[in-house]
Amino acid sequence: MAARTFTINDQLISAREGETILQAAREHGIFIPTLCYLDGVSAVGACRLCLVEIEGSRVLRPACVTPVVEEMVVRTDTGRLREYRRMIVELLFAERNHVCAVCVANGHCELQDLAIAVGMDHVRFDYAFPRCDVDISHPLFGIDHNRCVLCTRCVRVCDEVEGVHTWDVAGRGADARVITDMRQPWGEARSCTSCGKCVLACPTGAIFRRGATVGEMERDRNKIAYIVAAREQRW
Amino acid sequence: MDLSELLAIAEHENALRRPICIRCCTALGCQSAGSLSLKQRLEEAVAEVDRTDIEVIGVGCMGLCGHGPLVRIDPAGILYEHVHAADAPSIVAALDGGEATAPRGDPQHPFFTLQKRIVLENSGVIDPERIESYIAAGGYQALYHVLHDMTPAEVIDVVTRSGLRGRGGAGYPTGLKWATVAKSHGDRKYVVCNADEGDPGAFMDRSIIESDPHKVLEGMAIAAYAVGADQGYVYVRAEYPLAIQRLQRAIAQARRFGLLGAQIFDAGFTFRVDIRVGAGAFVCGEETALMASIEGRRGQPRPRPPYPAESGLWGRPTLVNNVETFANIPPIIRNGAEWFASIGAENSKGTKVFALTGKIRHTGLIEVPMGVTLRQIVEDMGGGVPEGKVKAVQTGGPSGGCIPAALLDTPVDYESLQRVGSIMGSGGMVVMDDATNMVDVAHFYMEFCKDESCGKCIPCRTGTAQMLHMLDLIRSGQATAADLARLEQLCIMVKETSLCGLGQSAPNPVLSTMKYFREEYEALVRG
Repeated sequence: MAARTFTINDQLISAREGETILQAAREHGIFIPTLCYLDGVSAVGACRLCLVEIEGSRVLRPACVTPVVEEMVVRTDTGRLREYRRMIVELLFAERNHVCAVCVANGHCELQDLAIAVGMDHVRFDYAFPRCDVDISHPLFGIDHNRCVLCTRCVRVCDEVEGVHTWDVAGRGADARVITDMRQPWGEARSCTSCGKCVLACPTGAIFRRGATVGEMERDRNKIAYIVAAREQRW
Repeated sequence: MDLSELLAIAEHENALRRPICIRCCTALGCQSAGSLSLKQRLEEAVAEVDRTDIEVIGVGCMGLCGHGPLVRIDPAGILYEHVHAADAPSIVAALDGGEATAPRGDPQHPFFTLQKRIVLENSGVIDPERIESYIAAGGYQALYHVLHDMTPAEVIDVVTRSGLRGRGGAGYPTGLKWATVAKSHGDRKYVVCNADEGDPGAFMDRSIIESDPHKVLEGMAIAAYAVGADQGYVYVRAEYPLAIQRLQRAIAQARRFGLLGAQIFDAGFTFRVDIRVGAGAFVCGEETALMASIEGRRGQPRPRPPYPAESGLWGRPTLVNNVETFANIPPIIRNGAEWFASIGAENSKGTKVFALTGKIRHTGLIEVPMGVTLRQIVEDMGGGVPEGKVKAVQTGGPSGGCIPAALLDTPVDYESLQRVGSIMGSGGMVVMDDATNMVDVAHFYMEFCKDESCGKCIPCRTGTAQMLHMLDLIRSGQATAADLARLEQLCIMVKETSLCGLGQSAPNPVLSTMKYFREEYEALVRG
């Protein structure tokens, strides 16, 4: 496999052929914020937090799906990118009802971590305060749409790793919701195997183990990549 | 089918023509104004006077949709507007002299004389429901010529040299796109016609399909030969039932004549076309979302690259072009690249079809050479606004911008329109008079984009909702100057970070109205 050499933030970096900018950056300890990206499932480039500047490119590119090209010059932390990332996180907080103080994921939440990482000390936009449902019809798990950021990690892990495709997205724009089966309550979704991978994958407290109290939702997300790697090794 | 058979069909069809032809528009605009019953009354009136030298044929769009139903008497070239079924006997009687009860239109009006019809050459002339009518107009000869006398590389060369650019809005060089698909490897390739026209006020593609469906099919077949595809899809929105019906009929006829399907013109070339009907999502006009929809998945875009030319439908190389782009192909093959390149402006060759709507006297469909000015279109052809003055012209739908009256001398070509903060777009052109509030206009388009955002990427999903909210605040007098500045920042962020064209261009109506009509925003701002 051929190697590629390129530059991130004035630092020369080597990468394997076919690796994305995000993978190469992480290997070298360079932080690029992400939300929809999850090791083990396909990348969709939806959250736009990992956008980077590439010299010679007119537009910003998502690091999670952009392969490294020899001698590429990448910037991951310019003033413009910092401002855009902060705005995107603010918009997420304003979109639904994220109240950390009463959330099972408090302290173990990627959205919360992101807010800290991008320096979001307050939200400059008006909150939408939409009415969102909570579904606790499943005996083991629940989903609180107030905390969902529509990253679709649950959809992808369910489809690609568990191979079930219980989760999907219905509706459009601000009305979009992750749904189980044909939008029936999760407890009535016959395809669900109760494997719990969606709980592992969820970046926030939207999909949770029932009975977990505030601050209790610790998850080992590496498990998903581990399962995928284990299968590849066996075959 | 071979060339002599094709020519024999054309000859037979022409022999059927009668000396006097009453053409009655049966495109959707005139149909909704009652042109089907009018056509029936005209036929009855001709039968009543027992004249065999007169025929009545239903044709596609004649252009002046706002004055429909339209009837034209050929070869005299007499045009009647706002024709009712009750006017039919008098129109037939007037063929022997005298006046009909329907108002006369002026075929010498600049609305008609300033047009240059390439895409619409058969529109309003032939019967779109009969393939013989298209063949009689020279149809499918370009396809025969391509299959028998040209290599795929030669076809691509002609299209490249013609300077044709994509008519869907972005203006990507068509020849370059074809060459990329031709060079990409795949066990199969596809050709897709994007007929998911969704901009408010735009109806070019609908009219083209309703008026001359075979031309689009012929263009697709030529493209398929050039890039090496054997399967085509036309993705039409469900809101266009007449276009779908005519296209279905056209595909069935072409198959029966051996002009689609296996072994077309006995040249070892196979090409099948199927229709895929959209389910009402604007974003499905974006090519990657469109392909997801054709594959039966949720219609939402994905990041490019890989471009469809490399990895499209089911991962195979796919050529996606707009209806109008395909309709340009047969004339280019017939008349040559140099002919096409001699029409239009420096970097924008050929013509562009526009749907002229809004506060304007002559609403309708026009085809003009690239490079004419907006003033010529709005004031000369469109006859200006009925009351008051022109304030702005909106091009490109929700992805475009508002061009103020002071810039009406801007020529219509891809680069010039971009320079003034708008885009060519697919061809919607909405004229606004001085009674229009530009903040309301921005609000209208933002509401549209917010409703149509698929929700996949955060900047577009949350950004459009937030921009709409801020416009609401401005309109209700609750916003401050700081809010205006924040709105502008938000617009730029959404433009630069969104995943697909919908989000990347959604802020354009706000940005362009803020640029040219800032005083209207400031007048609404508190303190």
